[in-house]
Amino acid sequence: MIDVSGLRKVYQDRGREVVAVDGVDLHVREGEIYGVLGQSGAGKSTLLRCVNLLERPTSGTVSVAGQELTSLAERDLRKARQRIGMIHQHFALLSSRTVAGNVAFPLEVMGTAKAERARRTAELLELVGLADKAGAYPAQLSGGQKQRVGIARALAGSPPVLLSDEATSALDPGTTQSILALLKSLNRELGLTILLITHEMHVVKSICDSVAVMRDGLVEESGTIPELISRPGSRLAAELFPLPEPEPGNVTITFTGQAGEPVVSQVVRKFDVDVNILGGALEEVAGVSTGRLRLLVTGDERAAALSYLAERGLLVEEAR
Amino acid sequence: MTWDEMFPMLLESTGQTAEMVLWSTLFTVLLGLPLGVALVATDRGGLFPSAVLNRVLGLVVNLGRSLPFIILMIAVIPFTRLIVGTTIGTIAAVVPLTLGAAPFFARLVETALREVGRDKVQAAQAMGAGRATIVGKVLLPEAMPGLIAGLTVTVVALISYSAMAGAIGGGGLGDLAIRYGYQRFETTLMIVTVVVLVAVVQLVQSLGDTVARRLARD
Ligand SMILES: Nc1ncnc2c1ncn2[C@@H]1O[C@H](COP(=O)(O)OP(=O)(O)O)[C@@H](O)[C@H]1O
Ligand SMILES: [Mg+2]
Repeated sequence: MIDVSGLRKVYQDRGREVVAVDGVDLHVREGEIYGVLGQSGAGKSTLLRCVNLLERPTSGTVSVAGQELTSLAERDLRKARQRIGMIHQHFALLSSRTVAGNVAFPLEVMGTAKAERARRTAELLELVGLADKAGAYPAQLSGGQKQRVGIARALAGSPPVLLSDEATSALDPGTTQSILALLKSLNRELGLTILLITHEMHVVKSICDSVAVMRDGLVEESGTIPELISRPGSRLAAELFPLPEPEPGNVTITFTGQAGEPVVSQVVRKFDVDVNILGGALEEVAGVSTGRLRLLVTGDERAAALSYLAERGLLVEEAR
Repeated sequence: MTWDEMFPMLLESTGQTAEMVLWSTLFTVLLGLPLGVALVATDRGGLFPSAVLNRVLGLVVNLGRSLPFIILMIAVIPFTRLIVGTTIGTIAAVVPLTLGAAPFFARLVETALREVGRDKVQAAQAMGAGRATIVGKVLLPEAMPGLIAGLTVTVVALISYSAMAGAIGGGGLGDLAIRYGYQRFETTLMIVTVVVLVAVVQLVQSLGDTVARRLARD
């Protein structure tokens, strides 16, 4: 749905070159929620803004819904942007317009007739649960409500794609959860493809199907979350499940989805080993129960026990 | 001088001042608003970036603002004669008043427009809005309280300038105060004139404040 390839963006900042995005490939499949995770300054916003060409890439190509945007002329680009929704960290609502007026704005831009605008606006406000706030001004709303207006506005033209630039970073934890839940339900019910950027791991954990970890303008790792978690040496896995530094000989097992199976007790019963659990973390990630355990495994059949675990589809890593 | 003698004079002069100020306000807005928009639009990162145009406009505006009004008034006399046909009377005074106030108002417009958050403009761009839509539906409405405040300051300045323009044949309250109050020692008339001027300025200011406050939604 979104294909970014070889994307580079170099800013000229007082004669100095700042490489904000340094050759990024990104493939977002239709209907998924794709998160780009990274610290402040990693180049996430620049990457996202290159997707709808708010920033023109220095090189590389971007296509959305099969249309290559990088080669479009200004006029066609404006048309294409009407098919890409965007929400912003600080909401970017017009304070001089009511909630309904804000949602209607993109429809005015598209040239939708007045009666149809009113109908669609009411429908969108219903969708985000703000039907009773149509006449309010943004200043009278809470942060969470403002972002709901932002979401309604972004969806006005029924775009297949939504871009989200740190949409929950200005919100408190409870409100963040409700906005994430709204995004997830829009994703499920409308089949909306979402590309979001965030510096918060819990956003990725809560709703993302795939993730790219970004650092210094580069994608360090990317893939679906189960893929990443079961990939040896994954930094994402280490960050999702922080365990103490392993001692030499310690074993770390990572499981995705097999959490229901009593693998540890099976190993102890089947093999002549003792298992000591040193630490562990279990999380619901992208709706799948996922976890890591740090084990001390001793006994004559240690090697056989570890290969048994690996055969069961678990990632087994031994510290040296 | 009795009140019965003063009253018709005051009425006539107030009318002349109102005429000068209203017309010059109209032309100041017509000239200064686009100029202010252009100053913001041509700036780096603006809607229509052009370093050359931006510098030229900035220069013109600064020139207009740094010229003392009394000198501007005299310097534009040939220009006034060219477009109005005369250099005497309230309508002729509108020319220097407009030329003096428009650059001033343009800067106030510029400041008000810069207050509008970049993210609002970018959100509109992300929706596919063109430049004209962004100016007309984002920048100007969002800056409206600031624009009204700027307009109020400009009208007050025009009232004060109009007193000066009156002295070179424009008529109005300033002219009255100088001719009778100062030159003929009619102290009462002078005081009454000043009171009227102060009252008008107060009225304009509180009207502007009220409108700006009602428009501000945050
Ligand atoms: N308009 C700009 N001009 C110059 N440098 C910029 C500009 N925008 C971003 N940068 C630089 O690019 C880098 C990446 O910024 P950004 O994409 O905002 O990162 P993130 O969203 O991950 O915090 C930073 O070093 C930032 O200073
Ligand atoms: Mg950012």
